[in-house]
Amino acid sequence: MSDDSLVLRVEHLSLSLGGRAILRDVCFVLREGEYVCLVGANGSGKTTLLRCLIGYYASYSGTVLWWGRSGRALSQKNLARRVAYVPQGEGRTAPFTVADFVMMSRYPHWSPFSAPGPADRQAVARALEMTDASHLTARVVGSLSGGERQRVCLAAALAQEADVLLLDEPTTFLDYRHQEDLRRLLTRFNRECGVTILAVTHDLNAAVLSGKRVMALRDGTLAFQGTPRELMRGDVLESIYAAKLVLTPHPFADLSMVVPSAPEEQP
Amino acid sequence: MKRADLLLVCVLLLGTAVLITAPLLGPKWLSPTLLWSGSENLDARILREIRIPRVLTAFTAGAVLALGGMAFQALFRNPLATPYTLGIAGGASFAAALAIQLGWSASCLGVSSISFAAFVGACGVILLVFGLTRLRTDFSTETLLLTGVTLSFFFSSMILTLQYLSDPTRTFRMLRWMMGGLEGTAGYRDWLAILMPALPAVAALAAMRHEMNLLTLGEEWAIGRGVALVRTKALLLGLVGWMVASVVAVCGPIGFVGLIVPHICRLLVGPDHRRLFPVTLAFGGAFLVICDTAARTVLAPTEIPVGIVTSLLGGPFFLWLLVRRSPIANVS
Repeated sequence: MSDDSLVLRVEHLSLSLGGRAILRDVCFVLREGEYVCLVGANGSGKTTLLRCLIGYYASYSGTVLWWGRSGRALSQKNLARRVAYVPQGEGRTAPFTVADFVMMSRYPHWSPFSAPGPADRQAVARALEMTDASHLTARVVGSLSGGERQRVCLAAALAQEADVLLLDEPTTFLDYRHQEDLRRLLTRFNRECGVTILAVTHDLNAAVLSGKRVMALRDGTLAFQGTPRELMRGDVLESIYAAKLVLTPHPFADLSMVVPSAPEEQP
Repeated sequence: MKRADLLLVCVLLLGTAVLITAPLLGPKWLSPTLLWSGSENLDARILREIRIPRVLTAFTAGAVLALGGMAFQALFRNPLATPYTLGIAGGASFAAALAIQLGWSASCLGVSSISFAAFVGACGVILLVFGLTRLRTDFSTETLLLTGVTLSFFFSSMILTLQYLSDPTRTFRMLRWMMGGLEGTAGYRDWLAILMPALPAVAALAAMRHEMNLLTLGEEWAIGRGVALVRTKALLLGLVGWMVASVVAVCGPIGFVGLIVPHICRLLVGPDHRRLFPVTLAFGGAFLVICDTAARTVLAPTEIPVGIVTSLLGGPFFLWLLVRRSPIANVS
């Protein structure tokens, strides 16, 4: 507990919804400045885990400690000042302009009667600039393309000026170019701004290329924690996904990549 | 100045103008000079003791209903939500019908027994809904919505049962009460009966503009930005339920205002509750005053129930707005 760099400690986290166990005895820690990717098959509990961490689900057993304080004891506003959560696909059809939408993320810094001040406008401008979305300010969020929308959502999370980003499938529905752009952006936040990132994704290749540490969930249990290289092995992946995956070396990085199997080839 | 800000000012001016001119209109035009001429003739007394309090009552009731609809549309993220979505009108109507059937006529603190019963019925429904949400931890807004619809149907059939068992005179009184109207209100007492309980709730609602904004973006997005979801939702339910109950108790369940006015205001100034709140307040108040003025003037000396007028006036106006404007700005 004396470890100063410790951002999040999750101990024996379990959750059942509607009588079904979704998470079972999950334990892990997150340290300051880390970029951790959380992978796993569909329905393995990735999103549910993030929802427990942010307090959307409160009926879990076990402990979630943010900076040594119980997640249940922290007020939502206090938590949001330090942790920004970007859920999957929500808030995306909003009729607000991008400027207003991003400004609304300053909420945890406001009292009920305060109006946005210069500090808020500065944070919004900076966030839009970093995500290369400054030219979108006057557009309505609902009218943006998928890539633009995802950048604007990230800008909103950045404007919150939190120390930690919890991202749920940040690159889903994006084409290759926009996936690359977004990953580069996240790496920059992590390296240059010191933002701690925990990102849920089902894109294994992206996860191992961007995260320095990877965790994998299988049926609600934490089945793997380690470096990308340790994960990208046939036997490890098979134990996580219960399927044989085809691996091939990356041309530049010293890592194996997953590729779709060809229709004829059956090992 | 942005277009939305300009429209905001226009609506606020409209509200003020309606508040000033409506008391002068009626079967007979009354000059405002009657107020400060110090005369005590019939006209002056009609203006002071009947028309002004009635306009104030209508304005307050309209503003509260419209704000209730606005808050519920944000909370439920459903464009069809109204202040009566949780069954408040049903509960109030049933209690009022029961009071009529049983012939309760005592008045309590200067409020008629029917109003009192309606208020108790409305509050009972809110408590019932709260109790139901406590039974399960994962009570979603969808479940809440369905609970409200179910309660409304349940109370409708209870009212029908009462009416079936009752005599024609009482049945007519029940029906008339459920149409909603302001002709029963008299003097400043009824105005204060709405204003006193509703004012603190409206003020608290005004302080929740940011929360309502974030809720329209989805619950998960809101919690990620720091909105204490469970507490905010419960607070919105309680506040709106309380202030709408106070209106329904006095005026009966006046329909349409709470559904359409927030939509019209969203079309005018956009979805941001910082603008939407004052505009909905002013527009809702002005709208009901206009409808009520029409209700007591058009067929004078007979009055049309104002609930009929709100739908007759508001429906075509809203359709015109929908057809005229691009649909992108509407729907919470």
